Amino acid sequence: MIKFFLMVNKQGQTRLSKYYEHVEINKRTLLETEVIKSCLSRSNEQCSFIEYKDFKLIYRQYAALFIVVGVNDTENEMAIYEFIHNFVEVLDDYFSRVGLHVLQLLLIEQPLPAASRLAARAGTVSAK
Amino acid sequence: MVASSLKLQELIQEIREAKTQAQEREVIQKECAHIRASFRDGDPLHSHRQLAKLLYAHMLGYPAHFGQMECLKLIASPRFTDKRVGYLGAMLLLDERQDAHLLITNSIKNDLSQGIEAVQGLALCTLSTMGSAEMCRDLAPEVEKLLLQPSAYVRKKAVLTAVHMIRKVPELSDIFLPPCAQLLHERHHGILLGTVTLITELCERSPAALKHFRKVVPQLVHTLRTLVMTGCSTEHSVSGVSDPFLQVQILRLLRILGRNHEESSETMNDLLAQVATNTDASRNAGSAVLFETVLTIMDIRSAAGLRVLAVNILGRFLLNSDRNIRYVALTSLLKLVQSDHSAVQRHRPTVVECLREPDASLSRRALELSLALVNSSNVRTMTQELQGFLESCPPDLRADCASGILLAAERFAPTKRWHIDTILRVLTTAGTYVRDDAVANLIQLIGGAQELHAYSVRRLYSALAEDISQQPLVQVAAWCIGEYGDLLLEGTCEETEPLQVEEDVVLALLERVLQSHMSLPATRGYALTALMKLSTRLHGDNNRICQVMSIYGSCQDVELQQRAVEYNALFRKYDHLRAAVLEKMPLVERGGPQVNEAAKESKEVAQLSEAAPVPTETQASKLLDLLDLLDGPSENAQHPPPLDPTPGDTLIHLLDLPCTPLPSAPIPNLKVFEREGLQLTLSFVRPPGTPTLLLITVTATNTSGGDVTHFICQVAVPKSFQLQLQAPSGDTVPAQGGLPMTQLLRILNPNKAPLRLKLRLTYDHFGQSVQEIFEVNNLPVETWQ
Repeated sequence: MIKFFLMVNKQGQTRLSKYYEHVEINKRTLLETEVIKSCLSRSNEQCSFIEYKDFKLIYRQYAALFIVVGVNDTENEMAIYEFIHNFVEVLDDYFSRVGLHVLQLLLIEQPLPAASRLAARAGTVSAK
Repeated sequence: MVASSLKLQELIQEIREAKTQAQEREVIQKECAHIRASFRDGDPLHSHRQLAKLLYAHMLGYPAHFGQMECLKLIASPRFTDKRVGYLGAMLLLDERQDAHLLITNSIKNDLSQGIEAVQGLALCTLSTMGSAEMCRDLAPEVEKLLLQPSAYVRKKAVLTAVHMIRKVPELSDIFLPPCAQLLHERHHGILLGTVTLITELCERSPAALKHFRKVVPQLVHTLRTLVMTGCSTEHSVSGVSDPFLQVQILRLLRILGRNHEESSETMNDLLAQVATNTDASRNAGSAVLFETVLTIMDIRSAAGLRVLAVNILGRFLLNSDRNIRYVALTSLLKLVQSDHSAVQRHRPTVVECLREPDASLSRRALELSLALVNSSNVRTMTQELQGFLESCPPDLRADCASGILLAAERFAPTKRWHIDTILRVLTTAGTYVRDDAVANLIQLIGGAQELHAYSVRRLYSALAEDISQQPLVQVAAWCIGEYGDLLLEGTCEETEPLQVEEDVVLALLERVLQSHMSLPATRGYALTALMKLSTRLHGDNNRICQVMSIYGSCQDVELQQRAVEYNALFRKYDHLRAAVLEKMPLVERGGPQVNEAAKESKEVAQLSEAAPVPTETQASKLLDLLDLLDGPSENAQHPPPLDPTPGDTLIHLLDLPCTPLPSAPIPNLKVFEREGLQLTLSFVRPPGTPTLLLITVTATNTSGGDVTHFICQVAVPKSFQLQLQAPSGDTVPAQGGLPMTQLLRILNPNKAPLRLKLRLTYDHFGQSVQEIFEVNNLPVETWQ
């Protein structure tokens, strides 16, 4: 099960965070800093899966943006990896250039069914 | 004064124009003030815009709790634009811990029954995001109704909400169980995906549901098969694989259903083989599906051929250039190696290749897997590889690697010499990272391999001469040189090159170890004792050694000082005992807790005087006295036991064992003597904590008419035993079954040799003095084994 979903820029600022399990506010910041630190310090040669406390972190870099998903032990890492890519693709399609601020606003609201594909993907987000 | 009402876009623009944090804060605070005023005054036309701006500010991290009531108002409004923003606000601002959240339950209920798709969608979405347990319970029947709505959009959202509800309130599974079977027949992938997830959640939380859903396995199999076989529809395909997310989810559900269940597993077997062979693994999506398939095969009761297929897929993954795939493969192989050992063995070369990965998490996994794959046939090659890895691996893996190699060597060593070589090599490469008991193990190993003493001492000497910084190595080498110094100087040993070693050089080396600032106190202790032992092994004069001992007699370290003082005493006062005291050690028993206890006990006797050698003497004299009395052929002057009076040694202490006799499995009593009504019986006790100790109670009973007086019983034992006779209870055994006399014997049997006793009795009976000498050879096996 997905525990959290983060989008972080290269300077380490959280652009988006969505938690699927309740975490205290101060613990959230702590968690985010630690997670970001471990992701930013990886080189290109290392693999995209990190073990952090009792989560598994799967991250993917897109230009200046890091997308990090924290899952528990039972998830298939490669499927999540694919899912991150899928997610970015969808947003890309729907909004042509992924503009951060508008993106965030509409991310949480399930958009009106303009494209059934989008709905299916958005369904995937909630289902996971 | 009417505040200008900015549109959201304009606000965003303004914020982005702000150059500093302070400026941004200003803008937002100003805007929030406007918003608060607007909420107070109530501006129905623009309130959604205000709320939208507030939500944006909230996302940037500013407090927005005053907007909660506004959310409720907007949700209740009939206009769609209001509702939309209101629900969005509810999702962001309200959560379980706010009391206000229950208030929207009613609004949601109304919206759900309204019949307008979009509105229902919004309500369901909000419910699935922030629905608390109470809300879920209230609204579950509504959601269930919506599961069967004609509109696919609503059904999909309803399924997702159901998933959330089950996660929050597992008891609702009764409500959501029946529709599932029907929903599985959907064609819409979104609904299908949601349904599969719902069933997965239900099965994970309730075994009854699990049983119920085993019925749908054929249906699932059919769905997955169509997905895999029919060409990809562009709508749902991701890099050539049709809806990998759905495939993965179905596979996961099949895994849960097939676990520990023969029938379902059988139905799945063909399908799994099909998926495994038909999926294109060149892109990540395909690999993800394959990986899930492998996980499923591993978990259910699959046919053997299928398991081999799974391992081969993982082997193929290992050869893939993508690091992620290799990581995943190594992790899964590690789980499989216990159950399918032979299949994984086939991929051993590839695993060993992975040791050289630059990525730390990958090489760690490869190390664990390689260690698990070592067995008796490949131990030599594997150890070679692992030692190569040890030389170049990062420091945090070194400890694991070193202990892994040592463990593998212990379990599968083909010859003792190879074993010693391997340990030596590990100690020279990564000495500081090995575990503490490696030193003790190696010493024990060398001690046991008699034929290799010369060889080991030479190798260790050369290693030590090169480098005295690796502490475990130095300790072992010092001990060996001390014990087998004579072999070192002898000159020839066919297994290594001839090494001409002078006595002086050896002594100089040990002195260097003593003085080096790299040596730990324990190491210094070893070196000091080794020097002392050499005083008997070497043939030169011992002035040099004496000098060292005198110097260290005033050392700062208490432990070393004590040793030095005692050794000095050995030189000066007890020179006649020196040879015996420093004799070669008998083979050490593999550590039990009592060994350490004994050593600890003796450590606590921290004396700076020369009291330590004294017990040796009294023991020796007692034994000699006893044996002098007996003029039988029982053994002559038994050596005083090779005591090392220094408490610092961690190896066995032959005396000073705990005294408390503990009960153990009863050994049958033995009657050893009978004459004219006088009987002698032996009863045995083996205290469980001390396997080398035997307590014998000699009981003398008298059934005759006359008393037995002046009864003295003496006992002698073979050479390797030690005997302690305690005072008898009396020297008269009254007649007619009177109180028997008892005497306790303590026998130590370190070599576990068969026990024999020789007894000598002198007593007066019926006016005559009687002397009897006899041997007891038929002691029960349990007494000495």
